[in-house]
Amino acid sequence: MQQVRVRPFAPLAKKSQDRVAGFRELGSDGGPWIEGYLSIGRRSIPKVSTRIDRRDRLGALRVRLGFGRDRYRILPGLYAVGSPGTDSPVLVSANYKLSFDTLRRELGGLDLWLLVIDTKGVNVWCAAGKGSFGTAELVAKLGQCRLGDIVAHRELILPQLGAAGVSGPELRKESGFRAIWGPVRACDIRAFLAAGKKKTQAMSRVNFGLGERLLLAPIEVVHAWPALLAALGLGFLAGLPFAPGWIGRSLSVAIILAGSVLAGAAGFPALLFILPTRSFSIKGAFLGLLWGALASWAFALPLGLAAGLCLVSSAVVAWLGLNFTGSTTFTSPSGAAKEVERTIWPAAIGTGAGLALAALSTALRF
Amino acid sequence: MAIAIKTRRYVGNGTSLELAAELCVGCGDCVEVCPHGVLALVDREGGREGAAGRRLSSEVIAILDRAACMECGACARNCPTSALNVKAGVGCAAAIINGKLRGTAPNCDCGDSGCC
Repeated sequence: MQQVRVRPFAPLAKKSQDRVAGFRELGSDGGPWIEGYLSIGRRSIPKVSTRIDRRDRLGALRVRLGFGRDRYRILPGLYAVGSPGTDSPVLVSANYKLSFDTLRRELGGLDLWLLVIDTKGVNVWCAAGKGSFGTAELVAKLGQCRLGDIVAHRELILPQLGAAGVSGPELRKESGFRAIWGPVRACDIRAFLAAGKKKTQAMSRVNFGLGERLLLAPIEVVHAWPALLAALGLGFLAGLPFAPGWIGRSLSVAIILAGSVLAGAAGFPALLFILPTRSFSIKGAFLGLLWGALASWAFALPLGLAAGLCLVSSAVVAWLGLNFTGSTTFTSPSGAAKEVERTIWPAAIGTGAGLALAALSTALRF
Repeated sequence: MAIAIKTRRYVGNGTSLELAAELCVGCGDCVEVCPHGVLALVDREGGREGAAGRRLSSEVIAILDRAACMECGACARNCPTSALNVKAGVGCAAAIINGKLRGTAPNCDCGDSGCC
């Protein structure tokens, strides 16, 4: 095997070392997931618990709902799992706490090193896309943590999805470490290590099944709150001029419009692969039309109002559907750009025309 | 052995993915990092004589399933000879609109403030 020459890392000022885990005891800012310390020379390397407790689950629930995600971070640096030695494997991960928890819960009974790099609290794949899970940051952290002093080998096991940001050839050139691309999902790490760092095909593919899509629905709904508010406001306006029966009219319009927002935020992710065509905006328009028509029929709305609301509902779900491209695992920038161009005007005109038709129908009673 | 893995496709996928087969050294690193099975190593057809008498590898990369390519850029970033090229970026409509509004590159604003 080819011998790799490893460049010695320049010693860093103490202050810069302190900003990464693995040099001193972390104390209260380390968090309850630190179960002890491993002493190597004068360094105290935090030992990570592989158990997830109630606080971790509550934290996960909170960020899944979209609250405080940008502050859900852990200190970057070197961590130990079990009792690792100089030959133990090194896993690299992001400093988003949800990613960190997903990984560490799979590591019970294993002995290894965990190098957490600073992705500003963003998960591996998104951070790789942005470049913060990248070669430069990884090489910097290798130097700051002086990993070369801790392990005898020169291999890093990186999450495969980090490959969009980290270049294996550059990493080797700049640090001497060789990238081994691990599985996509943390739950396959144990099998991957047991198989001698070999992946099956299933371990290297992203799937985006129903469960994964439904996990995203809560945050989509929370993010859609302005649209929900607008739906309720428009429903109230539809009651004008508050003649007898206005409450029923208001409610039915509000329910149809708010329902279209929910259809786009929660129904769309669930039904993604059942809806027709590959285009997200057409899938959305179809779902919106379906919802608008069904709900209008259920409320026995006048034809003009129903047609107007169907148009609005179609446009709203098409738009929310298009926005879901940002959460999927398979949509390309070329495709999303093409769809944005094709959708902006039809959606805007559809919404405007639909609202005008609904207003006219309410005023003139047709 | 064929394993049933659902392939997800999208309009316009893989539009910017380019392969310069004569630069490919057949290392297969791109196949390893691709999350959608877009690429595969195949036998090189049409002889192994390259330009300037350079001997080409016996195996070469082929684009098997362009419509599954989400243009994440992992293959190009990990290609040691720049045989693969792709205009990588976030396939996110909101990011594209953000970029258009501000006249910058597509940006999903998820860095320090949340989202994806």
